[in-house]
Amino acid sequence: MNAQMPVLIVVVPLLSAFAIAAAGWFNRRLCMPTAAAALGVATLCTLGLLLRVIQDGEVVYRLGGWAAPWGIVYRVDFLNAPVLVLVAAIALVNLVATSRIVVEEFPGKEGAFYALYVLFVTGLLGMVVTGDAFNLYVLLEIASITGYALIAMGRGRAVLASLNYVFMGTIGACFYLLGIGYLYIMTGSLNMTDIASFLPPLYSSKAVITAFIIIMVGVWLKMALFPLHGWLPNAYTYAPSSVSSLVAPLMTKVMVYVMIRIILTVFTPAFTFRALGLNQAVVWLAVAAIFMGSLMALAQRNLKRMLTYILIAEVGYMVGGAWLGNRAGLTGAVLHILNDGLMTFCLFLAAGNILYRVRGLNMEDLRGLFRKMPFTMGGFVIGALSIIGVPPTCGFFSKWYLILGGIQAGHYGFVVALLFSSLVNLILFFRIIEVGYFEPHSEHRHEGQDHAPSMEEAPVGMVVSLLIVASGLILAGLYAGDIVQRVVNLAIPESIV
Amino acid sequence: MMDTAISAKPLLAVLVSLCVVPVLAYSRSPNVREGWTFVAGLLKLLIVASMVPTVLKGNRIEWTIARFLPGADLALRVDPLGMLLALVSSSLWIVTSAYSIGYMRGLKEHSQTRYYCFFALALSATVGVAFSANLLTAYLFYEMLSFATYPLVTHHQDREARISGRKYLAYIVGASIGLVLPAMLVTYQLAGTLEFRSGGILGQVNSHSLLMVLLLLFVFGFAKAAIMPLHAWLPAAMVAPTPVSALLHAVAVVKVGAFCILRVITGIFGRELLLAQHLGVILCIIASFTILTASLIALSQDELKRRLAFSTISQLSYIVLGAALLSPKAMTGGMVHIAMHAFGKITLFFCAGAIYVATGIQKIREMDGIGRRMPITMAAFFIGSLSVIGLPPTGGLFSKWYMALGTLQAHQWVFLVVLLLSSLLNAAYFLPIVYKAFFCPPQEPTFEHTSTEAPIWCLIPLVITASCSIVLFFYPGPFFKLAELAVLK
Repeated sequence: MNAQMPVLIVVVPLLSAFAIAAAGWFNRRLCMPTAAAALGVATLCTLGLLLRVIQDGEVVYRLGGWAAPWGIVYRVDFLNAPVLVLVAAIALVNLVATSRIVVEEFPGKEGAFYALYVLFVTGLLGMVVTGDAFNLYVLLEIASITGYALIAMGRGRAVLASLNYVFMGTIGACFYLLGIGYLYIMTGSLNMTDIASFLPPLYSSKAVITAFIIIMVGVWLKMALFPLHGWLPNAYTYAPSSVSSLVAPLMTKVMVYVMIRIILTVFTPAFTFRALGLNQAVVWLAVAAIFMGSLMALAQRNLKRMLTYILIAEVGYMVGGAWLGNRAGLTGAVLHILNDGLMTFCLFLAAGNILYRVRGLNMEDLRGLFRKMPFTMGGFVIGALSIIGVPPTCGFFSKWYLILGGIQAGHYGFVVALLFSSLVNLILFFRIIEVGYFEPHSEHRHEGQDHAPSMEEAPVGMVVSLLIVASGLILAGLYAGDIVQRVVNLAIPESIV
Repeated sequence: MMDTAISAKPLLAVLVSLCVVPVLAYSRSPNVREGWTFVAGLLKLLIVASMVPTVLKGNRIEWTIARFLPGADLALRVDPLGMLLALVSSSLWIVTSAYSIGYMRGLKEHSQTRYYCFFALALSATVGVAFSANLLTAYLFYEMLSFATYPLVTHHQDREARISGRKYLAYIVGASIGLVLPAMLVTYQLAGTLEFRSGGILGQVNSHSLLMVLLLLFVFGFAKAAIMPLHAWLPAAMVAPTPVSALLHAVAVVKVGAFCILRVITGIFGRELLLAQHLGVILCIIASFTILTASLIALSQDELKRRLAFSTISQLSYIVLGAALLSPKAMTGGMVHIAMHAFGKITLFFCAGAIYVATGIQKIREMDGIGRRMPITMAAFFIGSLSVIGLPPTGGLFSKWYMALGTLQAHQWVFLVVLLLSSLLNAAYFLPIVYKAFFCPPQEPTFEHTSTEAPIWCLIPLVITASCSIVLFFYPGPFFKLAELAVLK
């Protein structure tokens, strides 16, 4: 059992997806518990793997016992172990938190919904755990296609937004596949470490450089790096809230992980950061993403849409940090994968809770929310503080490392962009907090003269999940030192200083 | 020889008011709620006071809560300077809690539970800043204080409160993220640590311009110290209920700003470095400009609380000026001014609030003859004014005296003139109020015979703080001992 953990985190959800789909025909009440059980097992396995990695270092698992270049290898190290925990835990908490919405929003379709949900998570977990470049593509497609379907389950323009996403996402995946094809032609292998061992003599080859760039473009498209972000705001805004709080925190983060994996494991830092000479350009692209995302977020009047643009800015944080090419920047990027996953999850959950009661997320719908939903708004404020980067929430620490990386690399454009985005986030969130707190306007009130609406919180399960995630933000901040020292530091090759 | 004890006491001092928040939130009746506030306040003061003997012996108490970054943990350390601020704010919290009862009930304010909760939170943050062992911890509690006071500033939840709250956050959080955070990162990059050390941590940096930029980023970035031109939030924050203005915007919040600047001067740069690089003078000029300009603006304010606010802006820069003069006497004076000004100014705010509760008057021009109606309040106001001006028999004399001596010690005569000029201005904007209150006939005859003071819960606290100002004239010893220890180390 212990030795099989790497494969169980993929196989258990994969098989349970079929069971859930079948249960959908017989007894729909079984769908959610089955999904929860499968994701629970997956979460436990990821936790066990993380502990094992911390204790013994890298874990390698050969599927079916086939050795590396021929068989598929799952490889868990300090880089992907924490991402696995993040994906599995968020998927599980979101499943429990939104079960009530799902029943009300998709009556009769629980089987399909949960099957897709679990398949999506399978895809993400597989992408993170695999050590095989082509296997990654397959799992990427599993995650993408189920993601399109989940988003299309929303109302109104969701179908159109999803279709747009299908086009852009498919192009992205094709770019990735094309790049892997080039690498296969050049090296004759699909295993990541295997490719890495063949590549060094070929680094000056135009085909390898083209492969690298094509792969990067594909990955950037999937993670919505400016200017390849066009599909994201609509897709995540019109998605049902139970889906957006799953897809929005995870999909972009996993793609950032894939990018870092390719930079560090398939290629070497020496190639990416020195031989290629694209660092400065990519970091400037990230700077543009941060500025653009922040400014566009300012222009939004809808909470969820605003969050999607913040997400685009955050992708800029991580891409920029990774491409700074120094230890502080990469530490920030990897730490931010975890932190940003948690923070965006917290905010999208809060948005879901609000939407459950208010039926609209435009500014004017948010009036008097602090009276109406004090606990939800409490969780929302903690998430907001984390995005702004206020200690001791975890957002502060990844931002700290990112800015430090910018200073060390002498890339002051990136430093300015991060500070600018923090200040814009302050405005963004306090604009919402103001509406929730001050409106509807009234004269000077006295005791017992409250005209504001009475309390009308979201169901307990939703609120409790939100508060657990919110306190997780603070805990992740308080333990940031340990996380960096015991995990993130070891995920970054020693050659990077 | 200096000893360092490891003890969780400083953490307890921070946590006690944090832990009471849920209890306050779920209290059944207002009396129970206020009872708990007192319990927490007393516990906090006891815990803080129990550490005084250790600190007076020249020892330190340390506690590490969590490990953040190499060289910058979440760590607390009790030293003389921190003890000074913690002692002042935790003792005045109890007095202010009593005053809040009179004020908030007297005016039948709404959302009182929220008010007491965030008040307790703000006090936790204040003591947290006071006991911070490094700049990162101080920054954490500084930000916590900014956000905890936002609901207090905007308590009335009307349009005016919304605009003031916006200004409050824009100045304070904007400056701390935009200026302090980058300065802190550069400092960390240069020194590899953020710990407050007596000799500073930037000793190995030679570049004059870099050090100057860093110093200015810190000084303006800690906008709670309200150094011009980043002062406009303080008059705006006067829209808050008066106890908030009294404790937070005359004591806790603003002193935390000045305190952080003191820490940066003594613990990050270090006196020797600033002397060697001639950076103190620049800071003195900035502070002097604020002292004089704010005093002049105060002269023209008709709303009492706004006049007090500008007076606070001016007095805060005294603390900065004292530290920036870099002579031992001036630094001692600046540090003691934290305490002396606190007791004087809180009395004045309490009086302003008492006048408002009893009569609804906020404008100075309507206060003619009010001394006949509220003799005790206005007598206390007089004592508070004397303390802020720096006249005997109040403690305010000594801090200014030391600063004046310090200018001589530092051979900076110009700033002696600034101090004297400003004291004259202080007298010019406070004494006319007292004069009019007692010697001018009231404009409306209705004032004539009714001697109606504010509710007893308002009156007692202001009498206590006014008498404290006088007591500090006779026994300023403990605060001076703490300040001298802080300068000596």
